[in-house]
Amino acid sequence: MAAVSGALPRWLQRPTTYSGLWGWVVTVDHKRIGVMYGVTAFAFFLVGGIEAVTMRLQLATPANTLVNPDTFSQLFSMHALTMIFLAIMPLSAAFFNIIIPLQIGARDVAFPRLNALSYWVFLFGGLLLNAGWLFGRSPGAGWFAYSNLTSGPFSPGSGMDYYVLGLLVLGTASMAAGFNFVVTIINMRAPGMTLMRMPLFTWMTLVTSFLLVLAMPVITVALIELGFDRFAGTNFFRPEGGGDPILWQHLFWVFGHPEVYILILPAMGIVSEVLPTFSRKPLFGYPVVVLSGVFIGFMGWAVWSHHMFTVGLGPIANATFAITTMFIALPTGVKVFSWIATMWGGSIEFKTAMLFAIGFIVLFIIGGLSGVSHASPPADAQQQDTYYIVAHIHYVLFGGSIFGLFSGMYYWFPKATGHLLHEGLGKLHFWLAFIGMNITFAPMHWLGLDGMPRRIYTYNSNMGWDFWNLVATAGSLLIAVSTLVFLWNVFTTMRKEKDAPADPWDGRTLEWSISSPPPIYNFRTIPNVYARDAFWHQKYVEGSDGRPRPVPTGGATAHSEGHEAAESPHDIHMPGLSYFPIILALGLALTAAGIMIHLAVVAAGVLITFFGIYGWAFEPADPE
Amino acid sequence: MIHASSPAHPAPVETTTGLNNRKLLMWIFLGSDCMFFGSLIATYLLYRGKSLVGPYAHEVFNIPYTSISAFVLLMSSLTMVLALSAIHRGDMRGLKVWLLATALLGTVFVGGQYFEFTTFVNEGLTLKTNLFGTTLFVLTGFHGAHVTVGIIILLSFYLVAARGRLKPEQHLNIELAGLYWHFVDVVWIVIFTVVYLTETPNIVT
Ligand SMILES: [Cu+2]
Repeated sequence: MAAVSGALPRWLQRPTTYSGLWGWVVTVDHKRIGVMYGVTAFAFFLVGGIEAVTMRLQLATPANTLVNPDTFSQLFSMHALTMIFLAIMPLSAAFFNIIIPLQIGARDVAFPRLNALSYWVFLFGGLLLNAGWLFGRSPGAGWFAYSNLTSGPFSPGSGMDYYVLGLLVLGTASMAAGFNFVVTIINMRAPGMTLMRMPLFTWMTLVTSFLLVLAMPVITVALIELGFDRFAGTNFFRPEGGGDPILWQHLFWVFGHPEVYILILPAMGIVSEVLPTFSRKPLFGYPVVVLSGVFIGFMGWAVWSHHMFTVGLGPIANATFAITTMFIALPTGVKVFSWIATMWGGSIEFKTAMLFAIGFIVLFIIGGLSGVSHASPPADAQQQDTYYIVAHIHYVLFGGSIFGLFSGMYYWFPKATGHLLHEGLGKLHFWLAFIGMNITFAPMHWLGLDGMPRRIYTYNSNMGWDFWNLVATAGSLLIAVSTLVFLWNVFTTMRKEKDAPADPWDGRTLEWSISSPPPIYNFRTIPNVYARDAFWHQKYVEGSDGRPRPVPTGGATAHSEGHEAAESPHDIHMPGLSYFPIILALGLALTAAGIMIHLAVVAAGVLITFFGIYGWAFEPADPE
Repeated sequence: MIHASSPAHPAPVETTTGLNNRKLLMWIFLGSDCMFFGSLIATYLLYRGKSLVGPYAHEVFNIPYTSISAFVLLMSSLTMVLALSAIHRGDMRGLKVWLLATALLGTVFVGGQYFEFTTFVNEGLTLKTNLFGTTLFVLTGFHGAHVTVGIIILLSFYLVAARGRLKPEQHLNIELAGLYWHFVDVVWIVIFTVVYLTETPNIVT
């Protein structure tokens, strides 16, 4: 809704402070929101890590009694939920926020207040999902929450209520972010930046945003139905009322498989930026990499039943989904070859960001191959519900997504903060994480093939699983140490002077053409884009030997035209700050939490939500 | 912080595609909402005719009654178009009349749904009774909630217009409200066809 002109009541006026803590609460600046996303998500990443290490300690020795089975169920459920919804997705969102407007040459996202709303809703949703640790109990039926484990008699108490309501709130945040970035990338590109000139990270963000927008409604409906079953006594997933628990599985995985690509595509985009930069070569086969990303986005909708091979859907369904699943490995393989070919013959610089990118490729290949092995229903019937699957998902989600995200952190940290992370500590972090990750998760392949089931809280010593479990636990401690090294690196770096140049890596894309950190308006003059790798072509021309030569300083560059027309920073119009995103987010979260607490809380939440929406709609475009 | 010296309404930002950002947002939201209703309708279809106990669809449906309320909702799409055309002409009086008419027709529809629900409950069909009750109330209830949100949006614009604060240049607001309203109408055509017009006998008895 539009701002409506006229004299305004005091409470409707825009805040004007940009300093202090308050400045962060009312900010609509995409870079600040990105930093808040990053910090919050990393805090949740640590929580999920503590849950993981606790489980590994419990499993270190047979018949261990560190935690009881009930706590163990809550630990593995919350570990997955936290890592997926509160760590990987929002860490990706942090990069969308900080980097996308810079890469496409924009001054902000299309809807700055909606962007702030996404963050606050995510924060409150994350707290709601975790509230079970303090009040009542946490969800304990796995992140997939198969029905009818989740109905009242099998999941008494508040655990699954936190699951339903927390994920509903988080889904709202994801959809809002998805809407925003689809519109931003389609509509806010600098002149000349055609689709096929967009940086790969921007492309993968676009595909991910479409997946968010289309996949989250499906899980929303599944959660609403489960919520009705739990709160209103309906029959959606209750066999005694005629309901079919398999429906949950279908709805969940129709969302869940696109979700897998929501988790991995941003990391693939990051790696596709880092590899060319540190190989000093353009990405090999750019159009093919783009198209395979888009193709993955489409095909991701046609494979969901590979999570249900052992349900008994019949040979035709199983064969169909086996074929589509094996087929979707093709575009992924194409990308891997493009990355390797990008490095081939390049002058490679082994900075930490590059090490993590190479680590991503190595680990993702291993995870991808084990994944293809359970695309075959007979093989899957053996691997289903064993540690083999645990090994697979951690190779693709930790070795893949998290390594890709760490690569992005080292790569873009100077751009976001103005500080260069310490390379020595960075390399130590990489090697500890890489070795620790393999010591933890490689043995799970053998444990799984040896029949060790997932989600068991302990095992007997006569099963022959003792040794590799102890090894895996030792590896997990190494991963924990590597994360501490990273935290130490960030901590000491932030205490030092800002020393990052605008373009520390000799980058290729537009974000490196402006200062680190960028001014609030990003680009003083919106750049004109004449080629893929726009910034590279501002800096280099191809010499007669085919190698890049720097553009002579002061030399004529058609690419920097428009400098005379540079606007004075004071004339650049930036969106006004706003209270209403956090108010509206609070209202939504309170409404959801109220369903568990009391109808009066719901009413209060709805009132605050309405207040937030109307304030949002009627506040002026600028402070008066 | 940096801000423009004066204008409360900055010049509209040019977009890459030429399509207005908010309009693009609305279209993508509607695409997302398609997945939402698609999942609810899929649930309804999967459970159609699988209730363990009655009452069943053919025992409670009053097709002529629901047809009339569907007709009322369809007519509201017409008045919505008239509202948009009024603001395009700068006819603010016409805009107010047609906005109010659209909201009124929407309210008649939602009221009709409320009455229909009450009748069902009186005939022994509740959310908990059987799969039919569960899926019917949740699907049509969420559609009714969408209509209600639409009514609130229309009435809000009516109030803003009535206080003379809506300018003809701001016709995009009405256009977006209209997009949403028509979408909700189209969804009802699908639900009405799937739920009411093609009911199947219960196969589990
Ligand atoms: Cu899958």
